[in-house]
Order: sequence, then C-alpha cells, then structure tokens
Amino acid sequence: MNSTDFSDYDVGTFFDELFASDTQPRAAAQAVVNFINQLPPGEYKRRQEAVDQALLKLGITFTVYGDEQGTEKIFPFDCIPRIVDTFEWSHIEAGLRQRITALNAFINDIYGPQEILKEGIIPRELVTGAKSYRKVCEGLKPPRGIWCHITGTDLIRHSDGGIYVLEDNLRCPSGVSYVLQNRLLMRRTFPKMISAVGVRPVDDYPLHLYSTLRHLAPDDVADPTVVVLTPGIYNSAYYEHSFLAQQMGVELVEGRDLVVRDGFVYMRTTDGFEKVHVIYRRIDDDFLDPEAFRPDSMLGVPGLLDVYRRGNVALANAPGTGIADDKVIYAFVPEMIRYYLGTEPILPNVDTYVCEVEEQRKYVLANLDKLVVKAANEAGGYGMLIGPHATQEERNKFAELIKADPRNYIAQPTLSLSRVPTLTGDHFEGRHVDLRPYILYGKDVWVLPGGLTRVALRKGSLVVNSSQGGGSKDTWVLAREFDSVTQTDETLYT
Amino acid sequence: MIPETRLAQPEPFEFDSESQAGFSPHSFTMLSRVAESIYWMARYVERAENIARFIDVNITFTLDAGDNDFGQWEPLIQITGDEEYYAEYYKKHDHLSVIQFLAFDPKYVNSLISSLNMARENARTVREAIPSEVWEQLNELYHFVRGTEASGTTLEGLAEFFQKVKQHSHLYSGLLDATMSRGDGWHFANMGRMIERADKTSRLLDVKYYTLLPKVSDVNTTIDDLQWSALLRSVSGFEMYRKRFHAITVQRVAEFLVRDPVFPRSCRFCLGQALESLRAIIENGQARETNSAIEKLTALKVHLDELDMRNTIDCGMHEFIDDFQLRLNDVGAAIFETYFDRAQLDLIPLVSEQSQ
Repeated sequence: MNSTDFSDYDVGTFFDELFASDTQPRAAAQAVVNFINQLPPGEYKRRQEAVDQALLKLGITFTVYGDEQGTEKIFPFDCIPRIVDTFEWSHIEAGLRQRITALNAFINDIYGPQEILKEGIIPRELVTGAKSYRKVCEGLKPPRGIWCHITGTDLIRHSDGGIYVLEDNLRCPSGVSYVLQNRLLMRRTFPKMISAVGVRPVDDYPLHLYSTLRHLAPDDVADPTVVVLTPGIYNSAYYEHSFLAQQMGVELVEGRDLVVRDGFVYMRTTDGFEKVHVIYRRIDDDFLDPEAFRPDSMLGVPGLLDVYRRGNVALANAPGTGIADDKVIYAFVPEMIRYYLGTEPILPNVDTYVCEVEEQRKYVLANLDKLVVKAANEAGGYGMLIGPHATQEERNKFAELIKADPRNYIAQPTLSLSRVPTLTGDHFEGRHVDLRPYILYGKDVWVLPGGLTRVALRKGSLVVNSSQGGGSKDTWVLAREFDSVTQTDETLYT
Repeated sequence: MIPETRLAQPEPFEFDSESQAGFSPHSFTMLSRVAESIYWMARYVERAENIARFIDVNITFTLDAGDNDFGQWEPLIQITGDEEYYAEYYKKHDHLSVIQFLAFDPKYVNSLISSLNMARENARTVREAIPSEVWEQLNELYHFVRGTEASGTTLEGLAEFFQKVKQHSHLYSGLLDATMSRGDGWHFANMGRMIERADKTSRLLDVKYYTLLPKVSDVNTTIDDLQWSALLRSVSGFEMYRKRFHAITVQRVAEFLVRDPVFPRSCRFCLGQALESLRAIIENGQARETNSAIEKLTALKVHLDELDMRNTIDCGMHEFIDDFQLRLNDVGAAIFETYFDRAQLDLIPLVSEQSQ
C-alpha cells in the first residue's frame, strides 16, 4: 500500500481523464500508468519532491493579493499529466478556431457597424451597458483587423463526457508560462516517460507569440521594436510577463519606461528615447492610458490610445476586447457563431441563465442551492457563489445582490468537472481539473497543442484558481494516434 | 598530435521570413530602469560577498587565537559605519552578536541577508534581461542564507557557512561572465560589481590600518603579523601578495590593496575594470555632449595611478581612504545622473528614425 501506484485508485462517480474505471486506464493513458506502476517504491514521490524544490530554485512564483507575509508563493505542480488524444484534440482545436474567429468578428462589429445589435440577436443594452464596453473604442481600426491576438479559453469536461467552454479570456489571459515551465520540469523529471508516450511540443509558443506581435507592426517599419508592458513586480502574473519577454528576447517595460512624444511611443533607454512599435500589454484597459480611461492610473502611458488610433503603435490585445469576456455576453457566443460564420458551434457553452432576463432570473432565485452564480465582470474565482456548497446565509446574500443588479449576474448548473489522479500524501486521488488552451491570432489562427490544466488540490473542491488553492498539471496532447481502443468513445466528442 | 578541428557552421535558425531583418540598432542599448536594476543587483551581491569575507577571516582568526575573543569583532562594526544602530539593538560585542548583526539581521539594511534580498529584488525586476542561470544561482544563494541561523551554530559551522556563501557568489559571478553577452547589461553589472569591490577593499584596509597600526614609524618594518596576513586572506590576496612582495610590511600591504595593477581586488584594478565597462557603454551609445560619469571615474583612476604610497601614509591613510570613498560616491552619483535619472535622460533630444 505504501508504494505510490494506481493499484488502489478510485475514480469515484466522476469522469476520470486517465481511467475508464478503477482498474482500466484509458488507452491514451496506458503507457503513463504502466510507467508509474513499475517505478521502485518511493521513487515517484522522490521525483515529485525534486520538482517542488526546482520550482523554488527557479523562483517560479506568483503573488497573492492581500497576503502580508511572504507574498511570493509557488504555484503547486502535480506530475501526473492530463492526456488528450489526437482525435479529441483536433475537435478542441477546431472548436477554438471557430470561436475566436466569431468573437473577433463580434468585437469588430460592435465597435463598428453594430449589425448584430441592429438585428436584435443580442439586446443592445446588454452590450453597450456593460462595464467592459469601451465607448472610446467605437470606430477604432486595429491593425490587420484583429482585436484579440492572445486568448486563453477555459474548457471543462462535464460528467456526460463532453467538453464545454466555461469562459473566454480575451483581456490578458495568463498562465502560458506555467505551461512551458511545467513541460520543462516534466522533461527533466520523467524524460523516459515523455519520450515513450510521444507528446506534441509546446516550446515554440514564444516564437509564435513574437511572430503574432510583429505581424501587427506598421507596414513601413522593417525591424519593429516589440515590448511587453507589465504593471510591475507586484502584479500577480509578473513572473509570466518577465518570462515571455525573456523568451521572445524583447524588453519588458513598465508604464514609467514609456513616453508619448510627437504622436509616437518611445521607451527610455540609457541612451535616450527609442521608438516602440508593438506593445504586448499585460495591463487592463482601465489602466492603459489615464487620458483615455481611468485618470487616476499610475501604471499607464498618457496619450497611448491616441498614438494607437493614429496607427503609430499596435496594442495586443486591442483595447475594448473585455466586452467579450463579460459573462453575460458569453451566453450569446453560440449565437455569434451562427450569425457571423453561419455554422453550428463545435464546442458548446455551459447552460447559462442571464439574470437580466426576468423568467431566467426567477428560475435562478428559486434554484440557488443547485446553481453556480457568477458576477459578470469578475475573474479569478472572486464574486462567485457555489450554491450546493454555500450556507443559506451566503445564498440569501447573493439573492439580494442579484435582485439589486441583475445585469451583473449569470448562473450555471453546478458542473461535475472531470478528474485526474493527483498525488495526495502517499497515494493518488482524483482531483477536479479544467483546461485553458491558448490561441494566437496573427497572420492566421494558431492553437498551442496543450494548455494549462489547472487542478483543485483540495479534496472535493471545484475551484481551480491559483489564488484559491489550485495547482497545475502538464497537458499532453499526443503526437500520434494510438490503437483504436477508445475510438468507440467517439460519441463523447460530438 | 590531433590538429584543431573546425566544425561546420550550422544553418542560422529561421522561423519566419519577418525575422530576417538585419541586426537591430537597439541590440546593445537598454532600458534605463533595467540598467539601474542590473547595476544594483551586482553591487548588492558584491556587498554580500564582502560581508561574508569580513566575517570569514575573523572567524578563522578567532579559531586560531583560541578562547581569546577580545576586541576582534568590534572593528567589523566600525567597517559598516553603523555603530549607532548596533548600540541600539545589541549589547555585547562577542562574535555571535556581531555575526547576527552583519549577516542575519533582517532589519539592518546593510546586513548580508538584506543585501541579498535587495540583490534578488533588483534581479527579479530584470529577470528577462539576465541569463536564467544567473537568476537561479542568486535565488539559490538567497534561500541558502535565509535558511540559516547564527544561534546554535558552532564557529566551525559558521566558517563553513560563510565559505559556502563566497562559493555561491563566485558561481553567480562566474555565470554572469560565462553566459551573458557583453552588451550594456553586462557592462552595467560589471561596473556595479567593480565599484562596490573597490569600495569594500578600501574599507577593509581602513579598519585594519586603524586598529593594527599605532605608530607610523612601523610602516616599513617586516611584521608578518597574523592579522595582516588575515587581512590579505580576506580578499583572497595572500598568495598573490607573496608572489609580488614576499615579506609583509604595512606600506606594501597598502600598496598591494590600493594600487596593485593586476590583483583583481585592488582598488586601482577594480576602477580600471569599471572604466573599461563604462567606455564600452559609451561606445555602444550615441555621443553625449558631456558625461560626468566618465570624467569622474577617469580622474579617480588617474589619482590612484599616480599615488605615492609612502607619501600617502605620511599624510594619513585614513584621510586618504575617506577621500577615496567620497570620490567613489561621486562617481556613483554621476552614473545615476548620466544613465538612470529620468529627468536628465528626458533632455536627450529625439533622434530621427534610423534608416532601415
């Protein structure tokens, strides 16, 4: 019993990503399960501990807001990968391409001709009344017509086996640095296992990102200067900003390093000003330019939006994309796909009740004990009620919040997220996971084969956010098809 | 004998036709904020290493002297110039108190741990600009020191600890030199490191000179005193000194530490290195009308080049070192004004777009 293997693994009543039943690994996971089962006693745990040490040494940490002592924390990493076979991946990839294409068309439309509103497919006030709608962006023409260059879409697998889209993150999605570092750690820790299984590489993400960003530079600039703009070292994702800049070989700048002069953006070098052509900004719209957005922002660059409007600098993502992140707007993405692309969504949404709509609100208020309620504009698992796990008092509080501001809330059924075996003490237990793949929209749409698998490390927990006890896993998209064993599962994905 | 072989040149890596653009004109210059952080990262690591050196040599001496823990540790407090702080928080002058103060006191801003913390914080803001190996080594050094406590550790244990700190620091320094391109980033780091080292060597000499030398008439007699050799050992210079001068006299030790042209921790050598880096930075950049940093650094280097040590000792070693440290601070201030001060940098006129 003391050896760390899968002999006593229990899938419970959940969909398990690696096991079809307690004793039967899925075909795609067979090689990994075999590998770990034949390790000498104690070896798996020893390697997991080596990884924990490496994380500290590498300084791969994130910052927790409101935590006074030692604000740097390691983002825990569990070595059992999530495994996605080629067939399922091509399904996911096609769904993500379709979705980002429609979302980009939507943003372009609502800050332009607003056809979708005119046709009444989405109620106008839901869009123009949203907190994240930027009136100042109306009429903007982003370079190459692309608004959302970098997207991280949250997917979950429900107990019915289907993959659903839970959230679109079109502002400054984070986490891709962990995808790359996790893979590095896995290759270091389990080199034989990874090569035996055959996993598609993720390491070329920075090159694709750089290429995507260069694509946005003004036409007449032969050798554009690309920078990453960070709010600074106290931002929770600072490590990632620094990592991406380093991997792309570009400067990491803060607002105070940039200045607008004569219609251009410059950075302050030891040698005076140097022109900047493309900014991968990891600062929210609100803080980007105090002249255009929040005047009290100390992080941004006064006059930046004006330079952008003149086409003298490119911003990725474009300002205003947050509107498509709004959880109420999310409910309409399937409609967008039908409207702009004339096709049915490949990846479905999770059923969503829009509290602004009266009969849906009634249903939500009557079923708070069964639903998950989310604020339209919050991220990171904040402003959220998980009905079945909440106290009556908490539910009452949310009922009041919903009645006071129905536009700001949506509700979804409590999902039974799938699980992946995760080291707990000396043995493996199933823990719930989601999956965030990353999509780049440059010359064409590119989907990173893999993504961040976030895992809720607390027993029974469904919250995978790093700020709330979540960890991560490597995601292995298989490079080749395996024997047709699970091809019978085909119905699951369609 | 097998002749040297020349390997076939690999094809340059290309991922996109866009990347074939020529060598960027901005490959060498860097963000002013980043340059400043790299400069301070290097200074703080060097500061930390020198604290470890001060303590290490004193521990060795204390161990040699047996139980006579007399007056050996107090001068280390004087080196810092922070006697007031010490008097406020510490009662005794025994080795444990002094080591706690110098190495492990997190509230004392110039302690080893505080210096490492500052080095790491500066490095953390410029991780993208330094090689990962350098960051990892610095991070490891920081965690190594943080995980150690003075109390409950024997002197022998502490000696081993401070030697390890030195080794970690050398590893960091070696990685910096072996893995970082000689662009402005490295040159700012090197300048910071060398200026800090020159300062620390002069401080060390100052304190030892003050405590060990009652009469100026002794300066030319052979003393081969344990303490003077300990001083040389603390800058890893004992063997190099022997090769140059053999017997120890005070004037020669001072000459060696201040003016030796080739010993890598002498003040003069360090300034020469800093000057070379500053020249490289200037060469990489655009012409400025004036540059007070190079003017002041050159003048200070020339001052050491032309210094007569006998004369200096006659006029007062302490006065000389005081003046040297003040002038070194001036150099630091000039570097700040020239390269890091936003208000000054914003006065540099815009250059028209390079033809590309």
